[in-house]
Amino acid sequence: MAAVPTGHVLIVAALLVCIGAFGVLLRRNLLFMLLSLEVLLNGAALAFIGAGSRWQQPDGQAFVLLIMVMAAAEVAVGLALFLQIHRRVSSLDADALDSLRG
Amino acid sequence: MSAVFYVASAIAVVAAFLAVTRSNALHAVLWLLVALFAIAVDFLVLGAPFLAALEVIVYAGAIVVVILFVMMMVAGPTASRGQERRWLPPRAWILPSLLAAGLAAVTMIWLAGAGGPAAAGTVIGARQVGMLLFSDWLVAVELASVLLLAGLVGALYLSSRSEGPARTNGRRPQPRRPWPDADGRGGASD
Repeated sequence: MAAVPTGHVLIVAALLVCIGAFGVLLRRNLLFMLLSLEVLLNGAALAFIGAGSRWQQPDGQAFVLLIMVMAAAEVAVGLALFLQIHRRVSSLDADALDSLRG
Repeated sequence: MSAVFYVASAIAVVAAFLAVTRSNALHAVLWLLVALFAIAVDFLVLGAPFLAALEVIVYAGAIVVVILFVMMMVAGPTASRGQERRWLPPRAWILPSLLAAGLAAVTMIWLAGAGGPAAAGTVIGARQVGMLLFSDWLVAVELASVLLLAGLVGALYLSSRSEGPARTNGRRPQPRRPWPDADGRGGASD
């Protein structure tokens, strides 16, 4: 597997993480923030897979499995929060949620 | 083999960028789907066929479908045929389809050729990952299952039609009934 240098894998992973972080920070629609979070997590997963392939160990893949579990739980809770916010505020704008009082 | 990686990575980065910057959520999900497929091909090239399959099944299958499901719930029940057609004009789905078809073509050529993943010799399959997960990483697997249970309970609780306990405005908090009444109103109304 020396055909793909690990550095190039890490560059692609870093690009994906940057795109995801860009989306989380700049988009104000909650659904897009969740989508960007998925892109970000996939960038991290790609870095783990690249490292696991570099050292020929299954640890990287096992960790990506845990990342997927975390992403599934995060999406479930995030979408439930999203529905609740939509029901209460009738808006999907994260900036509409500027008060902490109940 | 590395050419497949670079093509798939380019498609992944472009599709991810477009997914993040679209204004229409449905188009963004289409682009996210293309990006996830491209990342799955990246996993395959890097010798992780098990994780590539899981990426397609869990991410592109389950998670994207759940996001679409919630999006359709929020969009309301007024989705007539004309509105659906307005949501998805041909220019919205032709470009993602072309990119996905290109990705599939590159992958098929790679898999059908002599230098497929079996020839790479460094594939780490599901067997090794499973052996590691259920020996050294057993505690992590248990923690992951607890996390999934917590996600399930949290999603169930949050998506019930109840007002939060903070909405009582100084009154004594009512005993909460998170399930809707028979007439559809939420429990613990205030």
